[in-house]
Order: sequence, then C-alpha cells, then structure tokens
Amino acid sequence: MSLYKRIIPCLDVANGRVVKGTNFVNIVDAGDPVEVAKRYDQEGADEIAFLDITATHEDRKTIIETVEKVANEVFIPLTVGGGVSNYSDVLNLLNAGADKVAINSAAVSSPDLINQVTDKIGRQCIVAAIDVKSTSKDTWTVFTHGGRNSTGIDAFEWSKELCDRGAGEILLTSMDRDGTKKGFDLDLLSLISREVTIPVIASGGAGSLEHLKDAVLLGKADAVLAASIFHYSIHSIKEAKEYMKKHGVLVRI
Amino acid sequence: MADIAIIDYGMGNVHSVYKAFNKVINKDSEIKITRSLDDLLDCSHIVFPGQGAASECMSNINKNLDIVEFKKIISQKPFLGICMGLQVLMTHSDENKGSNCLGVLDGEVHSLKSKINTGLKVPHMGWNKIKQAKDHPLWKNIPDESFFYFVHSYYVSPSNKSNILATTTYDLDFVSALYKDNIAAVQFHPEKSSNMGLQLLENFINWNGEIQ
Repeated sequence: MSLYKRIIPCLDVANGRVVKGTNFVNIVDAGDPVEVAKRYDQEGADEIAFLDITATHEDRKTIIETVEKVANEVFIPLTVGGGVSNYSDVLNLLNAGADKVAINSAAVSSPDLINQVTDKIGRQCIVAAIDVKSTSKDTWTVFTHGGRNSTGIDAFEWSKELCDRGAGEILLTSMDRDGTKKGFDLDLLSLISREVTIPVIASGGAGSLEHLKDAVLLGKADAVLAASIFHYSIHSIKEAKEYMKKHGVLVRI
Repeated sequence: MADIAIIDYGMGNVHSVYKAFNKVINKDSEIKITRSLDDLLDCSHIVFPGQGAASECMSNINKNLDIVEFKKIISQKPFLGICMGLQVLMTHSDENKGSNCLGVLDGEVHSLKSKINTGLKVPHMGWNKIKQAKDHPLWKNIPDESFFYFVHSYYVSPSNKSNILATTTYDLDFVSALYKDNIAAVQFHPEKSSNMGLQLLENFINWNGEIQ
C-alpha cells in the first residue's frame, strides 16, 4: 500500500496578505492568510504552502509575522518558500512556526546549504524547489531567480543530487505549464518521481480536477500543489478529493 | 487545570507543539518550554516532542538532563512522547550505526527502509490512518482509523505487544502508538494533525495518568 496522496493549496503572500494575479500582474487582494489557511484546513487540505512573492529583504519581517499568525491557528503542516538564501533564513522561518522550508535558487548557488540544514535539523524540514523548462524532448533545464536565469543544469541529474544531499521532498515546477491551466507536465513528473527516493510534489499547470488526478496516476507524483483552481473557488479541496477518490487515488477524506 | 512542561533539548519542533497545546488548554493552565528537571517536577503533564536522529537526541538529553532523575520523574505523571519522543523511550535504535536509548520501554527501533517494499518512499511522510489496538483515554472522541500526520524513517518494535496502543500500515504494519502505565507515546504528530490531533492533545491534558 502506498501513502495517501496530498493536496496542497499554495498561497501567494505579499505584504502580509494573500494575493492573486496573473503572471504577477493585476495582483488583487485575496484575503487574510490566517482566514484563508483556516478555510483550507477545514476543507481537508493536507498541507498549506506559502510563497512569499515579494521576497525582498524588507519584507522578510512581514512573512515571519504572517507565518507566526497562521501557525497559531492552523494545525496542519505549513511550508514556506520564497527568497530563502541561508541557514538563518531557514531557522527564522522554522522558529516562526513553519514546518518545512522551500529552498530554490540558493540550493543552486550553494548546494551545501541543503546538507548543512538537513544534517542539523533533519531532512523532513527541507523542500527542494526546482523550476524547470523543457529544452528538448525528454530534457529539462533548471532555472533560478523566479525563472529568469538558466543554470544549464539538467533537471533529472539535479533532482538526484538534491536527494543525495538530504532534501526531504522535491517541489517540481514546470515553468512551461505554470499559469497555463493546461495540466502538469506528466513526462517530466514521471521521469523524476520514478528516479528519486523522496516524495515529489507536482506544481505548475493545474487547471482542472482531472489534472490533479493525472499528476498522481500518470505522473506518479506523491502530492499536488495548486493555486488558482482553489483560490478562484472553481473547486473546493473537498471536491478535488472526492473526485480523486472516485478515480482510485488514495486520499484523506 | 494542567501545567504542561514541554521538554526542549534543542532539536525538537517545540514551537509547533507549544502552539497546539496553547489552542486546547483552558485559561488557568500554564505551558512551559523547558530543559530543567525542577520544571518537570513541578508540572502536572510532561510532553517530549522531537525530530532528528536518535543518537543526536540521546546525546542532547545526556547533555541537558540527569537521566536517572529524568526517568524517575517521568514515571510519576502523565507523559506524552511525540515522534522521536517515542523512539528514545525504547531500549535501542538502529539509527546512525546504532544507539542506546532511555530504555523506559523494552524494544528496538528499526529502519523502515530495511523492511518495506522498495517502491515506497522513505521518510514515511504524510497522512495515514491509525488502527486503535485498545481503549485508552487518549482516544476519547477519536474514531478508529482516523488520519494523523507522520514524518519518520524509523519505527518502534516493542518487546511487549500488549503495550501497543495503535498500528499503522505502510507496506508493513508498524506500531504508531505505545503506552505503559502513565506513559503514552505516538509516532505521528498530533500538533500537525488538524482537528483529530488537537483532540488527542486535549485528551492528554485531561488524562490523570491512570488506565481504567
């Protein structure tokens, strides 16, 4: 028996508020993070992810305060990412109440950070986030800094290395699919999910409940992360879980 | 009224545990995060949370607490071990080339990887059901087969099977909760298990340490 598949709504947070927008433009306020996170918890979300989309030095304090407020009221695992660049960033977020911290660009510029953190506090608290673009058939390249910089690193090799360095999970985002609502990149997902021995979270492209199911059944993902289909109230978490269960996916209901 | 002491030996997720208890206690109760034996003597309930590796956990306990005294105190009042706080109660753990543990409960700690089908991922990370093996005050208002959140790579194998409080299936059936007299310990994280987790913590603070 495998493990129950997780559904993780992802909240974009800026200046202490949940925001939504299209490709970072037309950003509108979508509520208080505590209220939104509580609602997702009560609907049956398995975890909550927070992405600090401003992620600038000045806003660090705001995201820490936001994490604290949410962690006081929401009792499911909380992952926080965006702009995490060193060990003290990780510790500050964990101390504020995050259970896991997502590290992206910093893992590429200083891969030892992953070893350093996981040696000290365990692999369960590090989510290695990878943003990738397809470069040729069956080949994907890692990008950093919100997708602006190509590293030339092969996504498949990089996933294996992150796993060896001690990451607890991989959050795999297809930049080709992100925001398109055309579904996850299933070839990419299944390539990496089959190879690494840690859980893979599918991200980028969820536009329907069918996409969530496909990420698990065809892409072999262990968890699915989605933003817009839940934020815009197109579907509730409960609906998503009932749909997945009906199609043979093991979910917590 | 309960005065809860949460043991902090420098590597647990004590803040999450604190926040969750803070949600369920009444106003007269107090929660302390502590590494002092005096606080453990004074409180009514002891909680021992933990993450990380057994050997490191044991060396941190050795550094911060007098083990003989510690074991004496924890035999006297309701005690809840969480995750690593369960594993270190056992006699010995295989983690990191092997490490002796507190020996409060007889049994071993083994690696999940050595026992399960290779297609399954370790750590066992996520939500899973627990099957209640017997009645216990901890299970009040918690239906059998409720979901709890797990993150671990090792599991406990107690010598005395009658101490088993719950099991969980992840290819193998492993022990997800144990008890002995005033001691209860769980492999999962009630502080991260939504409503059922909070219910369990509330049950713990309402428990006087006796088994009916």
